[in-house]
Order: sequence, then structure tokens, then C-alpha cells
Amino acid sequence: MLRITGGKIFDPANGIDGEVRELCVSDGKFAASVDGGRTIDAAGMIVFPGGVDVHTHVAGGAINFARAMTPEDHRRTQAFIRSQSRRSGLGGMAPTTFATGYLYAGMGWTTVNEAAVPVLSARHTHEELGDIPIVDKATCVLMANNEIVLDLLENGEYERAKNVVAWYIWAAKSYGVKAVNPGGVAAWKWGKDAKQLTSAIEGYSKLTPGDIVTQLAMICDDLGLPHPMHLHCNNLGAPGNISTTLDTLQHLEGHRAHIAHSQYHAYGGDDWDEMRSETVQLAEYFNTHPNITTDAGAVLFGDTVTITADGPWQHLLYKLTGRKWGNLDIENETGCGIVPYTYRPSNLVNAIQWAVGLELLLLIKNPWQVFLSTDHPNGGCFWRYPEIIQLLMCADFRNECLTKLPDKIKGRITLPELDREYTLYEIATAMSAGPARALGLHQKGNLGVGCDADIVIYEEDDDVARMFSHPRYVIKGGEIVIEDGDIRATPDGQEFIVKPSYDPGTDEFLQPLFEDCYTMAFENYPVEMERMENPDIRDCVPNS
Amino acid sequence: MSKITLRLKEQPTVPLEAEILSPDTFAELSNDEIRSKIVYHGKRQCRLDDFFDVDGERSDELELHGDLHRVRWIGREMSRGRITVHGSVGMHLGAYMKGGEIEVHGNASDWIGAEMRRGLIRVHGNGGGQIGAGYRGSLKGMRNGTIIVDGSAGLEVGMRMRRGTIVIGGPAKDFTGLQMKGGTIVLLSGAEIRTGAWMMRGTIISMKPIPMLPTFTYACQYTPDFLKVYSRQLKPLGIDLPCDSGDGAYELYSGDASVPGKGEILVRQAG
Repeated sequence: MLRITGGKIFDPANGIDGEVRELCVSDGKFAASVDGGRTIDAAGMIVFPGGVDVHTHVAGGAINFARAMTPEDHRRTQAFIRSQSRRSGLGGMAPTTFATGYLYAGMGWTTVNEAAVPVLSARHTHEELGDIPIVDKATCVLMANNEIVLDLLENGEYERAKNVVAWYIWAAKSYGVKAVNPGGVAAWKWGKDAKQLTSAIEGYSKLTPGDIVTQLAMICDDLGLPHPMHLHCNNLGAPGNISTTLDTLQHLEGHRAHIAHSQYHAYGGDDWDEMRSETVQLAEYFNTHPNITTDAGAVLFGDTVTITADGPWQHLLYKLTGRKWGNLDIENETGCGIVPYTYRPSNLVNAIQWAVGLELLLLIKNPWQVFLSTDHPNGGCFWRYPEIIQLLMCADFRNECLTKLPDKIKGRITLPELDREYTLYEIATAMSAGPARALGLHQKGNLGVGCDADIVIYEEDDDVARMFSHPRYVIKGGEIVIEDGDIRATPDGQEFIVKPSYDPGTDEFLQPLFEDCYTMAFENYPVEMERMENPDIRDCVPNS
Repeated sequence: MSKITLRLKEQPTVPLEAEILSPDTFAELSNDEIRSKIVYHGKRQCRLDDFFDVDGERSDELELHGDLHRVRWIGREMSRGRITVHGSVGMHLGAYMKGGEIEVHGNASDWIGAEMRRGLIRVHGNGGGQIGAGYRGSLKGMRNGTIIVDGSAGLEVGMRMRRGTIVIGGPAKDFTGLQMKGGTIVLLSGAEIRTGAWMMRGTIISMKPIPMLPTFTYACQYTPDFLKVYSRQLKPLGIDLPCDSGDGAYELYSGDASVPGKGEILVRQAG
């Protein structure tokens, strides 16, 4: 039991903006009142719901490959030395499992969504997620290049495709559906990509990326998944891709969707020399379409490692940079590429990317629609989020950073014209309440009675980055996990999964197809429930 | 300022990680403080005087005696002063070095001067592999400085080096100048196979004929003018680099075309 008194509460889910109120916690949840237990005097402090990361890559085959590929980072990065309460680990570009939990919690984030899990490596992903302490987890399973699903859509078998997707979600013990470069990764197996929403995908006679977008979004809605389709659009990172992105959004045809890392999808110009920001157009679309949400996928200057299921893009990036390249074969389901990358302010393309991420966060008016993310580790590491908060809250600091960019950037970005500054209430929305709602996790990002008692308490500080990187207290499920910069407890987090209903005949349909083309036995494919550590099955509300 | 003398009194049974053996660490320390410094014997923390007798204090000149072939990281990140070793040393001698001098009267193991930035390392005996190289995963090896090994060298000498000079007196093994990005490697006794593989830039000068990769193209026979500058630089260090045109020409090969790179290999012609 716990009582927090005197703090200024920022709870956007309940419309509370900086009022001094008392919070009571009992049995890990907020309560109306409480008898006994510890009291935290939070006078002069700021109280937020724990952060929620709607899009990150923290577990599974890809991030683990990134760890293996970057020993140079391990030598220079933050080391976590084993102690009574803590396992050993490494921070850096691709932190190790335990360190990931410590770093997220240390910054006040208490829920994360691992945004790209192939069914084939779902077991590995859950094993790693089980080793990420403190934070709660959800996962999205990759569907938009799964050849069995694509074959069904090509043949117009929507109902069966819906059953198969539901079967896959449960087999992967996943929470939602992720679409990465719909059709493009499948096309890459033929040496092609898919950049036009309305052209047939290589290897198919009539199926287009647009069909996949429309039908997967519809499947997610029909299955009643708490989180809508999580979409990484086609043509990521390429100059002029704004037209692809807008075309994709139109293909949603009014269905819900979460657009991942929009920063990488909002460029104009015909080539790298002509590249410019097109955030005004994209933000306008979001401002007029409340059915979609997005996360920024903001870029921060410095070293990182890019990992994505978008194999063709990673091959291009490797060709552009000449750096290390890793490519994983994920059989019939998706692709995977890993390339270490350094974002430099002196590089015009990188400078534009940096501006585009911030522009989207500033131009999309409703903080319930655009969330804080770097697409960790692609645009920057998650433990650098406080730097983005500082850029959003301090226009002067932003302008100072702008002076360090190349002169040629003039006229290509909108950022210098934006003087909006996020309020604490808006930050609380974009880092916690908004992403929680988009994920359909209504018990998260909410300080109301009955919700999970995930709280972060900051000591007010003029240095915004410092304030947000060093919370005074972090409370997870009612337990104080961080206090005065120390990790006090490392409870296990929960894993959110869903079990959408599907036709019981789906097994018999899939088994022969599977045995025809996979390298493992069908019986070994789904993740067993016993493998899951602290699973929490959330409800689906299907369209009737 | 007097010097600090360390004598190995007990041979470590497993490698001793002793990055504290550096003028930067000892310069301001009393004899007692130096003795109590921590070294890692495998995973165990030990005091320096568990393994060494220590004379002297407060000096940036170190003299080490004994068979130190299991002592690693001597002079790691040192930026000033001088280390003289009478005996052989273990891996990572002068790694990440930023300045000062190291002289070894004996052999040294792998990773001499790995990722060093400045300074001079001189080994009178044989060296190991990966001299002046970049550690696994790093983009760049040594950024500058000079490494001279009088004897032979192992694999991957100057791997991914960016700038600076390496001179090998004896024969070097395979993959000398692997993925080299700049700088100069002088081979006084030639090298085994695949010299300059994946070389992007930089110069390898061999005094003896070496087997060339097929991805290197023969360009011409000449004596480059810049050799005079190099020769003048190396002379005070006791290295004789023939540079007069009358002293015989060099064959110039460029490559490695498989990267494609703009490196050059100069091979001195006999006679």
C-alpha cells in the first residue's frame, strides 16, 4: 500500500492537468483511499503515468543479431555490474535484455511494445522478453509478407485469411498485427521491391500492396484486436515517399491503424540531393483523420544500429554506407536486415530526418495521435527520449540546434517556422496516455482508480532533459522500483497477449501447407502457453 | 624525476589484466599507492604487489623486468612518459595509446598499439598479429603514431588502420594491411599471402618480393618522391628505407579492386 501526496498530477486520460492531488495505491492498482503503508511526499514534484513505448525493438532475432554485430559498441558503452538487486548487462545501441528493463524503468517507462515479431522467432522473442525485468510487454506479429496469408488474399479468400491471421497471432502469443513494407519483402525474394500501392507484387498475378493494407486493417478490426494494424508503410526512407504514404493511408478506407515511425515516410524530392520535408501534408492528413495514430520515429544525431524486417531497404542502406550488413532468412514470413548507422548533423539527409521527426510531433495537433518514439534503435536509442522531450518543450533549444545544421537545409524543412512548445500535459499524453490508448491498454497510462499503478515522479527542473532522464521515483504495479537514482526492486513484468477466435479447421488447413515449405515441424511451430512468463490474455471485441 | 621499477616476482598462472601499468596512472602516486593498485588475475582482483616488486614512486617513467608474456594491456591509453620493458610482454601492448613511448627488449604478443592515436611503440623482438589493428567490429584501427617491430609479425598487421606508420623488420604473415584505410606499412622482409586484401587507401612498402592478389593491378616502375620524406623520418629510428632513384626502383601495384580501393603496394626490385 502506498500514498503519494502533494505532487502535481498530470493525468491526460482523466483530464487532470497539474492539479495537486493525492494518489492511493492498493494491490498494485490505484484506489480511492488507502489505510497505512508508506507515504511519499511528492510536494513540488511532478507525477506522470508510467511511460508507454508503442513502437520499439527490444527482443528477438533481429535485435540479438544487432547485438552480435556491434562488439565495438559493447567496449565503449555503459556497463551494468551485477549487484544484489541487478543482473549484469550492457547498455548502448542494442542493450542486453536485463539492461533494457533497467534503462526503460530508470527513465520512467513501464510498458513497451516489441513491434516486429515473426512467428518463426516468436519463441526466442518471448524468452528474451521474459528476461526484461520491470516493464510490461506486448508484441506485434509480422503478417504483410507472410506468403500463406498473401496467397489467400490473392485468391480472394478473405474469411480464411482472417482465420489464419488469428491462428498466427495466437501461435506467436502476440498482441497485435504488424505490417512491414506490405508485399515488398516478399517481392525482394525475387530481387524486387514494392513501391506502388496499386501494382501487382512480384510473384503474384493481381495482389497489390494496397490490397494487403486494406484487408489486413479490416482483419484487425473484424477480429476486434485491442490494437489496430501496426503499419510500416512501403517505400521507407526514400526521397519522395510522401505520395506512397498518403496513398497507403487512403487504402485504409476508414479502418483504424497505427502508422509506425512516420518520420521515415514524410519526404519529398526526387533524389537524395533534392530531398525535403513533406510533414505539412502528412500532418494535415492526421489532423483530419482521427482513426489513425502514429509514432514519430524521431532521429537523434549519433551512432546507432538500424534493424527492420524491411530487408530490401537495409540492403540499399548497406550499399549507401558501405558499413556492416546483416541479413536474416525468415523463410516464408518476412525478411530482416541490420546495418549500423551514424546520423550526422553535417549530413543534409540526416539533418532533414532529424527535423522531420520533430516537425511531425509539432504539426500533428492532437497529442493523442502522435507519440514519442525513435523506432528504437533505428532513429536513436530509447534511452535518449529525454533529449526529444527537451526539443519539444524548448523552442529556444530547438533553434540553437538548428544553427548547427548545413545551410543547404534552408527551404527544405518547416521546423524553423514552428514555435509550438509542448506542455507537460501534452508530454504526458504523447509518452504515456496516448500510446496506452492506441495499444488498447486502458489500464495503462491512466492514474484513475482501478488502473495499474505505474507512476513516474520527477523533481521539477529547468533542465528538461535532466529531469526526464532521472526520475526521483518510478513505481511499477504499486512497487517502488527506482528511488533516488537506484534500482530498488526488479519485479517481472507481464506480457499482454490476445486470443482472437478462429475456425477450428485452421490447423488442418495450415499443416500441409506448412509441412510443404517450412524447415521445422508444424507441432513445434506455435509457442506453447507454458513458455510464457506472466501472460495476461486481453479481450478481443470482434465486429458482429 | 626518478623512474619506477617493477620486477615480476610471481608468474601469473592465467593472463594478468594490468592496464594500470601506465605512466598516467603512476605519475602522481606514492610507492604504497602503486603497490595497492588493482590488477585482475583472471577474474580475481589482486594487488599489484602480489605479482611485482615495486621501487620508486611519482614518475612517468616505468621500467618493467621479467617474463611478462601473460601480462596484458601494458600502457593502455597512456598519453605521456615512457615504459621500458626488459623481457617479453602479453597481448594489447599500448592499445588505445595517446602519446609517450614504449620500448620492449623482447617479444610482444597480438594487438600491439591497437586503435592507438599517437606515440611510439618499439619492439626489438617479434610481434604477434593485429599490430595497430582495429578491434573486432571497429571501423578504424590505429589513427596515428608509429609502431616498429624489429622481428617478425603475425596475421592482419595494420588491419583497418587509418593513419600512422608500422614498420616490420622480419617477415609478416597473411593479410597484412587487411581493409587498410590509410597510413603506411613498411615490410623490410616481405610478407606471406594476401597482402593488402580489401585495402581502401594507404601504402604498403615491401623491400622483398611478395605474392600479389589478382585484384591488384601493376601500374609502373618508379621511385616515389614521398619516400624521401619517409626515409628521413625513419632514419632516426634506425630504419633504412632506400629512396634514391639510383638505389633501385619500386614496382607500383594499385588495388584492392574487389572493394574497390585506391590503395598502393610498392615492391622494391632487387638489384
